Amino acid sequence: MWSIVHKMGSPPWFYRFANVAIAWLLPIVLMALVVGSIWGLLIAPPDYRQGNSYRIIFIHVPAAVVALAGYYVMATAGLMSLVWKIKMADTAMRALAPVGAALTFVALVTGSIWGKPTWGAWWVWDARITSMLILFFLYLGVMALSEAFDNKVAAAKACAVLSLVGTVNIPIIYKSVDWWYSLHQPASIKFTGESAIDASMLYPLLLMIVAFYGLFALTVLLRMRAELLITYSQSAWLRSELS
Amino acid sequence: MHPKRKQRLLIAICIVAFSSTAIGLVSYALRGNINLFYPPADVAAGKAPTDRAIRVGGMVVEGSIKRSETDLTTVFLVTDYDGVVEVSYTGILPDLFAEGEGVVASGSLDSRGRFMATEVLAKHDENYMPPEVAAALEGKKPKMGSYNVGEGS
Repeated sequence: MWSIVHKMGSPPWFYRFANVAIAWLLPIVLMALVVGSIWGLLIAPPDYRQGNSYRIIFIHVPAAVVALAGYYVMATAGLMSLVWKIKMADTAMRALAPVGAALTFVALVTGSIWGKPTWGAWWVWDARITSMLILFFLYLGVMALSEAFDNKVAAAKACAVLSLVGTVNIPIIYKSVDWWYSLHQPASIKFTGESAIDASMLYPLLLMIVAFYGLFALTVLLRMRAELLITYSQSAWLRSELS
Repeated sequence: MHPKRKQRLLIAICIVAFSSTAIGLVSYALRGNINLFYPPADVAAGKAPTDRAIRVGGMVVEGSIKRSETDLTTVFLVTDYDGVVEVSYTGILPDLFAEGEGVVASGSLDSRGRFMATEVLAKHDENYMPPEVAAALEGKKPKMGSYNVGEGS
């Protein structure tokens, strides 16, 4: 396992890995997104209570799930950067934060659009929605911190500490609907036991979640590769790689 | 492991542990404020404040909705199966508002213990299913409403 971490930490190895991974991910993600969207928006049946307006779930839930998972990935990168001083982990953190922020933003906006017709309000200060807004600010905070320092090492350290502190928020977001009385309903997809969402809607939703994970990985890899190209533009290994 | 790295790992673990404890204590202290609404049982038992605006959440009791014939006032009962609160609201209700469905009403209690709502939000549950499946379940779970394509405004 450590040998993989060591390889990942080497920019030339990571650059080659990113090239291969992007080439594979791109068609798979695009296909999953197209199939999942058509399945969810056109083929899946309407809901018995909400009719067709529930279909925003196929964007809202995948964006929110990956925004939460992405934060753990960023915090893990932060831990590796802080403890093992792996440069690629800093790059990963910087590449991740805007993608996570964008996904959180999509989850908040789609939730708002969904909330108006179903609940009757664009925004409610309930535990789930407020903790999700805090997640958005945490991502923005990491983005701002990484820009606030001239010294890259100091910036990485600050970002790592903030992302580690922010991990507290993730279980709070996840459990907020169970711990407190909130307007947001509890999770429909259950890891144990039968899901509260019918199979005809669950499968396209799961496909969209997988597609969003892929989209997340693809975007982060593209951003990391771009940063490598900028940082190592004068390096011999990159020149030989590109020629 | 290198002692320097071990020390840094320990620092990182401490950061997460201390911030978790801090946030945990804050949210424990504020747990009453983090709840979006009071359950009707608390309101009926007098545990909810009467001097300021609060929210009450629960299920609309079947057959309790009374609509005024002259204006938009609707009176209904909200229950959590432990207590019941009478809610009065004047205005347009959300599409998902129905008997046997969840609502969160914000407003305040008047002197007679009646809840005068200024806003009523529908709280939907985590169940999603096609209309046919809902119709098939109708016999078993009478609280579910049926969905019609032309319904709503």
